[in-house]
Amino acid sequence: MDWVYLIEVLVGGLLSGVMYSLVAIGFVLIYKSSGIFNFAQGTMLLFASLTFVKMTENGIGFWTALFIAAGIMVIFGVATERFVIRPLANQNLLALFMATVGLATFQEGFSQFIWDSDVHGLQMNKFLDIGLLDPNPIFMSDHIPWLDILIPQFDIFASLVAGLMIVVLAFFFQKTKTGLSLRAVSDDHMAAMAVGIPLQTVWAVVWAVTGIIALVSGLLWAERVSVSFTLIEAVMKALPVILIGGLTSIPGAIVGGLVIGVGEKLGEIYLADVFGGQGIELWFAYFMALMFLVVRPQGMFGEKLIERV
Amino acid sequence: MIYRETGHFVTNYLKDREIFPMTFDKVVALIGLLWLFLWVPTTSEYFLSAHVIPILAVGLATVGLNILTGLTGQLSLGTAGFMCVGAFGTYNLMLRVPDYLMSLPVALLMSGIFAGLVGVVFGLPAIRIKGFYLLVSTLAAQYFVWWFFNSYAWFLNYESSGVVAIAPKFYDYWGLGNFLGVDMQGYPARYLLALVVCIGLSYFAKNLLRSNTGRNFMSVRDRDIAASVMGISVPRAKLLAFFISCFYCGVAGGIYSFLYIGNVDLMIYEVDRSFTILFMLIIGGLGSISGSWLGAIFVYEFPIVFTWVGDFIFQGAFNTAVVENVSNMVYGVFIIALLIREPGGFAALWATTKQKLRMWPYPH
Repeated sequence: MDWVYLIEVLVGGLLSGVMYSLVAIGFVLIYKSSGIFNFAQGTMLLFASLTFVKMTENGIGFWTALFIAAGIMVIFGVATERFVIRPLANQNLLALFMATVGLATFQEGFSQFIWDSDVHGLQMNKFLDIGLLDPNPIFMSDHIPWLDILIPQFDIFASLVAGLMIVVLAFFFQKTKTGLSLRAVSDDHMAAMAVGIPLQTVWAVVWAVTGIIALVSGLLWAERVSVSFTLIEAVMKALPVILIGGLTSIPGAIVGGLVIGVGEKLGEIYLADVFGGQGIELWFAYFMALMFLVVRPQGMFGEKLIERV
Repeated sequence: MIYRETGHFVTNYLKDREIFPMTFDKVVALIGLLWLFLWVPTTSEYFLSAHVIPILAVGLATVGLNILTGLTGQLSLGTAGFMCVGAFGTYNLMLRVPDYLMSLPVALLMSGIFAGLVGVVFGLPAIRIKGFYLLVSTLAAQYFVWWFFNSYAWFLNYESSGVVAIAPKFYDYWGLGNFLGVDMQGYPARYLLALVVCIGLSYFAKNLLRSNTGRNFMSVRDRDIAASVMGISVPRAKLLAFFISCFYCGVAGGIYSFLYIGNVDLMIYEVDRSFTILFMLIIGGLGSISGSWLGAIFVYEFPIVFTWVGDFIFQGAFNTAVVENVSNMVYGVFIIALLIREPGGFAALWATTKQKLRMWPYPH
């Protein structure tokens, strides 16, 4: 067996897993705080990155565009809470899920209606003069003599951004007052309301934060696959990730992403021949998640469900 | 005014179980059936091929999804995958089984059974996995089935383009067409076959809803632990729901490919179609058979009507991208608005209207 090749595959898998984790974190955040399985996460990515790309194409600078796009996502998040989630409070989870399916459909049409349905390229290195955004991969052996592998530079950048985002989120959740009330709400809605936490404000904050996460992950995904309809499909890939990790756990989303990323790459290389066809990565992630869930139905770090009649 | 229960007395149990209890309902239903069987086949080929037959196909799939999601509460995003099994199953049965043994209606039902069995396999995890976690199983079904038929060219009879046209001899029906002197490949004949299958299966679904099995499904949906405490076998109910639902989807796939577009094409069974059928279900109303049909009609017809409006009123101002995007926005708004105002969908709206009419001119 070619060990260098294997390590290269593993690293590639881990890095693409980070991309899945980025999307998964947005899912988990909303599920944790309100019990809603937000299917609109994918279209939020599309909407955010499309807004950003159209603005930069019209000559607005990178940071201004980023700021405006973030503002639009915050407004959108707050509006979602106000017009979709609040009227549906106390409905069952299936109804809420379907509402987010409706939201996703609406957003898919809306973002392509006000902007366009073309495929846009996003070259961030045009704006950000960071060496890591160089499209050429780097040879690790230039830096570490015994490691003779090839790594795409952009993936390293994406991982750094992901890491930074997780640190910021952790700080926000653990050290700020808003974070404290978020944790309280996710623990128990009723108890949180009883001690005077404004539930609706908290939900609005969650949706706004998710909008910003969607913007960041949308831009990173867009740099990889271009800004278009494919962004929504990228998010279908994040589903097995959160389900493996457990719907309520942010560390789970990260570990799940890494597991799926690596598993998918290994499966494509070592199992494709067994199945006698190419492209098994189309479904392999779902099968991994399925196998995992059959053994452990609540996912890796999910809360164990204790059911009573 | 004519629609009054006054004087309508139920004197035995059989009468109590009637689908159309009132004489007025019976007459309307009969006229509706006559209209469907006698008038609609004589309309233009275009109307049949572009409107009626596709609605029959997707509506049947919606009824199937309704049995799984609306009745049993198991979320599914694999509808198009199961339709795909039905379409490929029908094609291969027609192609590989000798002609004197196989005819299109038989092939449709048999491929429905194949799809049902595939559904049971992907439904097995449902015994252990609950709620949203089950999405992964149905998505696995969707993607796996798609990949499977894409990778093994045998199922498409080694057709390199990925699309096979359906040979005219498949519409032979054991020589029935020659015997009657009717063009069985023509749209009226195709329509009648689809209609018979759809009415039969809708009737079965309606009765399933009111039967012991249907009530078991509903109790699993409402509270599975309570259901199992009451002695209902939850795994059995879930797997049966998967089988029946996927049977419907499979037959719908066969109808879609054989009676509507006339070729077997993998591209129309992508995950988007699963979502479209989910929209039909939500807009029509979960748990209602007639709602499924209303939802299917609305979701299928909206882009067509919208294009038509654009062509005639705004002189073709809307291109396909605009139509698609506006349709998506409208579906989204309808889904959210209905969930907030009327969670029962079109079916509940229809029931309310009927109640209002019955009370008319009094408000209560």
